[in-house]
Amino acid sequence: MKKVSLKTLMKASQIVGMTAMAAGVSIANAADDTIKVGVLHSLSGTMAISETTLKDTVLMMIEEQNKKGGLLGKKLEPVVVDPASNWPLFAEKTRELLEKEDVDVIFGCWTSVSRKSVLPVVEELNGLMFYPVQYEGEESSYNVFYTGAAPNQQAIPAVDYLINDLGVERFVLAGTDYVYPRTTNKILESYLKSKGVAEKDIMVNYTPFGHSDWQTIVSDIKKFGAAGKKTAVVSTINGDANVPFYKELANQGVASEDIPVVAFSVGEEELSGFDTAPLVGHLAAWNYFQSAESEANDEFIAAWHNYIGDEDRVTNDPMEATYIGFSMWAEAVEKAGSADVDKVRSAMYGIEVPNLTGGTAVMNENHHLSKPVLIGEIQEDGQFEIVWATDEEVKGDAWTDYLPESANLISDWTAPINCGNYNTSTKTCGGSAVAGE
Amino acid sequence: MLFAFVLYTVVAGAEASPTKPNTALHAIAQELIDAGYREKQALTERLTTIDDPKTLEFMQVMVEGDLYYRKDDRVVVIKGDNAVTTFFSGEEITLESKRDIKKISVNNKLRVLLRGGIARLQIFSDDPEMRMQAAVNLLKSAEDLDQATLDEALSNEEKPDVRDVLSLVKGIRLLEADTEKERLEGVSYLSGSLYPDVRGALANYRRAAEADSRTEEIQAADEALKKIESLLSLNSVAENLYFGLALGAVLLLAAIGLAITFGVMGVINMAHGEMIMLGAYTTYVVQQLMPDHIGMSLAVAVPAAFLVSGFVGVLIERGVIRHLYGRPLETLLATFGISLVLQQAVRSVFSPLNREVATPDWMAGTFMINPALELTFNRLYIIIFSLLVLALLALILKRTLFGLQMRAVTMNRPMASSMGIRTGWVDALTFGLGSGIAGIAGVALSQLTNVGPNMGQAYIIDSFMVVVFGGVGNLWGTLVGAMSLGVVNKLLEPWAGAVVAKILVLIFIILFIQKRPRGLFALKGRAADMG
Repeated sequence: MKKVSLKTLMKASQIVGMTAMAAGVSIANAADDTIKVGVLHSLSGTMAISETTLKDTVLMMIEEQNKKGGLLGKKLEPVVVDPASNWPLFAEKTRELLEKEDVDVIFGCWTSVSRKSVLPVVEELNGLMFYPVQYEGEESSYNVFYTGAAPNQQAIPAVDYLINDLGVERFVLAGTDYVYPRTTNKILESYLKSKGVAEKDIMVNYTPFGHSDWQTIVSDIKKFGAAGKKTAVVSTINGDANVPFYKELANQGVASEDIPVVAFSVGEEELSGFDTAPLVGHLAAWNYFQSAESEANDEFIAAWHNYIGDEDRVTNDPMEATYIGFSMWAEAVEKAGSADVDKVRSAMYGIEVPNLTGGTAVMNENHHLSKPVLIGEIQEDGQFEIVWATDEEVKGDAWTDYLPESANLISDWTAPINCGNYNTSTKTCGGSAVAGE
Repeated sequence: MLFAFVLYTVVAGAEASPTKPNTALHAIAQELIDAGYREKQALTERLTTIDDPKTLEFMQVMVEGDLYYRKDDRVVVIKGDNAVTTFFSGEEITLESKRDIKKISVNNKLRVLLRGGIARLQIFSDDPEMRMQAAVNLLKSAEDLDQATLDEALSNEEKPDVRDVLSLVKGIRLLEADTEKERLEGVSYLSGSLYPDVRGALANYRRAAEADSRTEEIQAADEALKKIESLLSLNSVAENLYFGLALGAVLLLAAIGLAITFGVMGVINMAHGEMIMLGAYTTYVVQQLMPDHIGMSLAVAVPAAFLVSGFVGVLIERGVIRHLYGRPLETLLATFGISLVLQQAVRSVFSPLNREVATPDWMAGTFMINPALELTFNRLYIIIFSLLVLALLALILKRTLFGLQMRAVTMNRPMASSMGIRTGWVDALTFGLGSGIAGIAGVALSQLTNVGPNMGQAYIIDSFMVVVFGGVGNLWGTLVGAMSLGVVNKLLEPWAGAVVAKILVLIFIILFIQKRPRGLFALKGRAADMG
């Protein structure tokens, strides 16, 4: 009896499944009057802390666009999936978005590992993804637009600021042990040496993910800083490990005036997790700070507070990158008159949208943005005071000039080069657009 | 009358108000309002030299970032915790909105200048602690001090320790002197001092001497530096030991609860980390409920966290684990599932973002043994706290009826049952006790690290490591295990790096467990067979 019922059940489910599929097809046909936007951000697991905010940002942008009547007379329809901070699942969810849901564009990823996991899928299925987080560069995919900072839009200007404005001569490069800090530090080491900083004036230190006991390292930094030369810490320490790191700095009395720490992964959102009073004066380099004074920014912050229903929520750099990416995509769709991936991509080049910090961001042929670089000092209220900004927009460089293996490479996805890693000295295209593959 | 002159006629709506004094300090304050950071630097340099009774206060308020100005009439105000007062006339003013006043912002360079300026004025303070602080700050900006001020301060100073620091300042200044004799005299002042600034000054001096190849001076500098280095290396041994004990205390706190649930009861409790997390979140909630008494909040949070985590522990035991005794694999899976449920529950209730847990003032700061060896208070308290918790637990186990019943049940359940002990309830309370103690650990850890949904994950492996290494079922083993793992880890870290040190410790434990599967302090006799 039991068996029979199971069989019937299976049959029944098959039928249901088939009808659902058929229905799905017809819905897809009927759904031509919507444009589908995939949202691929972790809503659970370790990265949920950062990525949930970006999911909300995309949803807010979609809502606003729909209020304005959508795009090309069609409504935008968000398709939210949860890759759960699980890197292989990012690839599966991308496939689901592109094949099953048939989305026109994806906004997603945070960590580099997740992006690397998505790349083969978007390239195989010719999807279109916008990646909104600062990263280590050394990559340019035909199917991805990078709206976060490349190393030359964050790390290099920050170090320039330390050298020129603060007179720093000794550097501690501290990072979490994974691809972004390792690559960034490799670039920085080579850049610092090109600036005449001696090997013995650079201390490199890596710690495991979520490292919580910083006593020894902070004490080493203190000792390293007592050599008569102005010393600074360049931190690529990731997410959760920052809180105990800054707490230990404060406890051991490392003041920002003596040894400033400039961080590339600490923004308003990370600071909202702790008491910033002892951190006042430490630095961060980004392309956006919530404290930036412009009308566009005020509007964005107001819209965000309104959408999320909480006046205390902050905005941050990856949110601005998402905002820019979304605005650019929307404009490109209008320009192309279609949401078709290839048409939108060609329409993307040269598109300009206003930055939230003033000025405009431009999408370049290498799929990276030109945008300004800002340095901010942490304030007591968890916000940043902007103390320095580049005079003009900096063009994102996919392949850094400070590593021998990529110094000759450029990326240009327009004719005649049409290549993600074109070697300017041998005049050949390297084929796959991703480093080390 | 000093009043009644408006400096900045450009300002629209700024009427001549009687509260605007015409002093150099006031003029600089007005200029600071409009200046960019480059101009502010020059202005601040001028500010530090102004001879005005209010200069010191001005610099102090400015360096703390409490100096604001009212937008509509450019009156400089101090923003205190509760009230806003005008700087020059000291009147309290009421604001209609937060945006009425704007901060006169400072950056790091300005702070350095200001601290130097403050130190130069404070060196004549009546309070010896202030003078000490000023003298230490002067080490950083010794060259900005003029000789007459320094000599005056030195001859006035009665406290020997402040005098010592001031003579170091003198020494640093002498390093820049014109004659070799004076410079060498400077080195002799500095030899053996542990202040980082002194070492920096000597290193710079050595570089300068090397550049001009002044051999005798290079030698003198080398000797002085060598003496400092050897003192420092002694200090760093002590420091690493302290760091090790502090790490050990964290491991101990995280593991004590597990020593009960896993050690005594034999439950492989994968949700142990989440009990710690619940304790940390309890601290957060307690602080939200009593925002004006942050100093007291931890004292309230400890019992609260014990109750919350303990209650959840009892629920888990009654609801799930009790059905799974004797099936370790299922217990492991079930508790792992519970840990995921708890994490997601916290994520849904409190949001996935980390929560801010404030550190009370009495936990901040350091206990200074010498300028190179400072013990951080928070770690010191946590070492003491972890030992107290352990002692209390040992007391409960050894000296109370409940402890007796608990041991009886774990040693011989049928016998205990036949003696009239309600074994089921003893199990539940034991698990609750272990969980509650994990909650207490969460209160302490909230002072060191993130309070977020994933925080428990970071401690689960370490906790098991400590309990297994120390010997399952033995509290002393947990203590010795935690402390020795902490110290070994911290002694390895300086030369192996954090990543490798951790790997080495894990390898060591694997080898150790191969040799002694029952850990450091194995239980002997019949109790061991029950474990």
